Amino acid sequence: MRTKTFPHGIHPPEFKDLSKDKAFEVMPAPEKVVIPLLQHFGAPAKPLVKKGDEVFLGQKIGEAPALFSADVHSSVSGKVLSVDGYVHPLGKTVLAVTIQNDGEDRPIAEMETTRDPFALDTDIIRKKVKEAGIVGMGGAAFPTAIKLTPPKNKPIDVVLLNGCECEPFLTADYRLMLEYPEDILNGAELVRKTTEAEQLIIGIEDNKKDAYQLLKDSAQNSTTEVALVKTKYPQGAEKNLISALLGREVPKGGLPFDVGVVVQNVATAKALWDAVSSGKPLYERPLTVSGMGIKKPKNLIVRIGTSFQEVADFCGGIHDEVDTLVMGGPMMGLSQWTLEIPVIKGTSGILVWKAKKPPREFACIQCSRCVDHCPMGLVPTQLVKKVKYNLLDDAEAWGILDCVECGSCQYICPANIPLVHWLRLGKNKIISSKRKKSA
Amino acid sequence: MSDKTFFIKSSPHIRDKDSVPKIMYVVIISLMPAAFASIYYFRMKAVALYITCLVASLATEAIFLWLRKKPMNSLLDGSTVITALLLAMILPPSISLDSAAIGAVVAIGLGKQVFGGLGYNIFNPALVGRAFLQTAFPVAMTTWVPTAALKVNTATFATPLGALKFENAVAQGTLTSVKDLFSGNIGGSLGETSALALLIGAVILLCKRTIDWRIPTGIIGTMTVFTGIFWLAEPGKYAPPLFHILAGGLLIGAFFMATDMVTSPVTPKGTWIYAVGIGLMAGLVRLFGGFPEGVMYSILFMNMFVPLLNRYTRPRILGQRRAK
Repeated sequence: MRTKTFPHGIHPPEFKDLSKDKAFEVMPAPEKVVIPLLQHFGAPAKPLVKKGDEVFLGQKIGEAPALFSADVHSSVSGKVLSVDGYVHPLGKTVLAVTIQNDGEDRPIAEMETTRDPFALDTDIIRKKVKEAGIVGMGGAAFPTAIKLTPPKNKPIDVVLLNGCECEPFLTADYRLMLEYPEDILNGAELVRKTTEAEQLIIGIEDNKKDAYQLLKDSAQNSTTEVALVKTKYPQGAEKNLISALLGREVPKGGLPFDVGVVVQNVATAKALWDAVSSGKPLYERPLTVSGMGIKKPKNLIVRIGTSFQEVADFCGGIHDEVDTLVMGGPMMGLSQWTLEIPVIKGTSGILVWKAKKPPREFACIQCSRCVDHCPMGLVPTQLVKKVKYNLLDDAEAWGILDCVECGSCQYICPANIPLVHWLRLGKNKIISSKRKKSA
Repeated sequence: MSDKTFFIKSSPHIRDKDSVPKIMYVVIISLMPAAFASIYYFRMKAVALYITCLVASLATEAIFLWLRKKPMNSLLDGSTVITALLLAMILPPSISLDSAAIGAVVAIGLGKQVFGGLGYNIFNPALVGRAFLQTAFPVAMTTWVPTAALKVNTATFATPLGALKFENAVAQGTLTSVKDLFSGNIGGSLGETSALALLIGAVILLCKRTIDWRIPTGIIGTMTVFTGIFWLAEPGKYAPPLFHILAGGLLIGAFFMATDMVTSPVTPKGTWIYAVGIGLMAGLVRLFGGFPEGVMYSILFMNMFVPLLNRYTRPRILGQRRAK
């Protein structure tokens, strides 16, 4: 039987051998953590503490001010040094709480364990997930509590778990599946319960057959399906995962809700389980430290707020000639200018390397490779030309807002045109002009 | 606290190793079998024509780049060399060197540089050069010579397609054999004669995925069906499809000219329409038109439609409702 997949996509080299056999190491909490109040999709949290306050491990230090937001918790116990603007991986200055670690990891008293999470009422589960500040750990950091509360007119029948980890270099999700299969399966079951879905399918790329086998064996007494999908980028993108596993297409401009699906990353499922079963809020996360520039690539469990510098030091340090630092994967990750930024809830990877000299850019020769590889079925070359000539209405009509910025087009472009850069510019211009019109 | 800083760039941060010059060099290599065959058949004249076209093309490009104040390293990207080689290959071997040079100047100057250089031209530059020469020097462009290997001494010589149209070859039974069409020991343009040499190059292009397979498939398929219908109806009057595929400029057109990326559509549906259009037009001209060969004009004709095809054959976006 042919392995399931979606149309188009690319096959970048994986580089996963650098870290795939490294079991998780728990990185000790640093002396100081800087916890931004914006680590999620939506509005920043409002600070609940001020300078000089004493905080406990897992204490809520930021409150979500709106539905589209998430709570933020302390990842150490100690004293608040400041609540001030700090440079954020997104490039802007964001309010952050700096805490001096007293080294004792004193937990907040309210962390309660639940004997049988599956017996809980779905509203209680949702509340625990929200109170724990759980957001999507795949990188987009979407507040999970919202995903678990689908609108009444959009019933969910399938929950998909994303175990694809299609980005090169990253291996944290893979190790998580090998080392914590039960937690992931339990978390997934909780998602199924709260969304009232019938089916639960875990999608794993076929370059991780051992993880697939392990999860399949662990799930054999339940109705959970574990499915292999072809290793291809961007298989983990949710619209492409839904298309590959279920053959359904999320309508243009819509969300997975619209086809009755909820997608969660395996790390989110585990964090969710930890939150509901032991009351543990999201204050640490698994990530991969890799790249040719890091001396000892590793998979780590890191406290939120640890600086990238300390993580790099824990991995033997970086080589001298590196010049590129990326948060996330090499295809969609955010490039950073300094190591003095904190690990946040969406930091799935820290990659360091020395980039090759930027290649010469040619004029578009209309080779159509971008069209042949775009997983969303767009015509990137035409969209970019429209953005360049400021024909933004045309660009919108041609579907520029459907671009997920996966980078497949720019990867494959032989003329080395920065396609995603132009697409992003066009999307931002269109969205901000729409906001102005409706303001 | 380290002071190390890093470069910021927009994602993605990795890219595939292929590049425009690499693609161009693959095409040049794939033209080598046909180039060597042409030198074998037409000896020093072939070499002289290649050198003339190369020098004239590169010089024209250099002058235009200098006038437009663009960097000279565009000369090294391989696209001008391809145009020069292809132009030489579609000229009659007996054409004078200065006419060939004029053709090269027109091909690069009017066919490519005035539009803005690589990536901006609408028409295939080599074909623009040939079309110009056809109108400017009609006699020279329709005078053919035998190959050196044939050891025949005539002032004029017919090509397989010329024999088909003007000498009633089907009725006379003098249609060029498939074996001769493959080996190339026949009259014709410099690089068109050996079907075998061209097919070797075509295999290289297809294996390296340099060209879009839809184009040769569409052109050859349409030509086969079109000529096949007429041949089946009146085999005494029309040549069989295999003859039409191997004779004249069809193979070089289908694999090397029509597949030029700049002048072909970017969408799958558009590419099929483009290819079928070329096959249809070439068939029409060959069977019913005034010229014995129609591939050149049909490619130029369909080149005109490419912007329109690109505009109206957008692929379906994931999540877009299928047309009912």
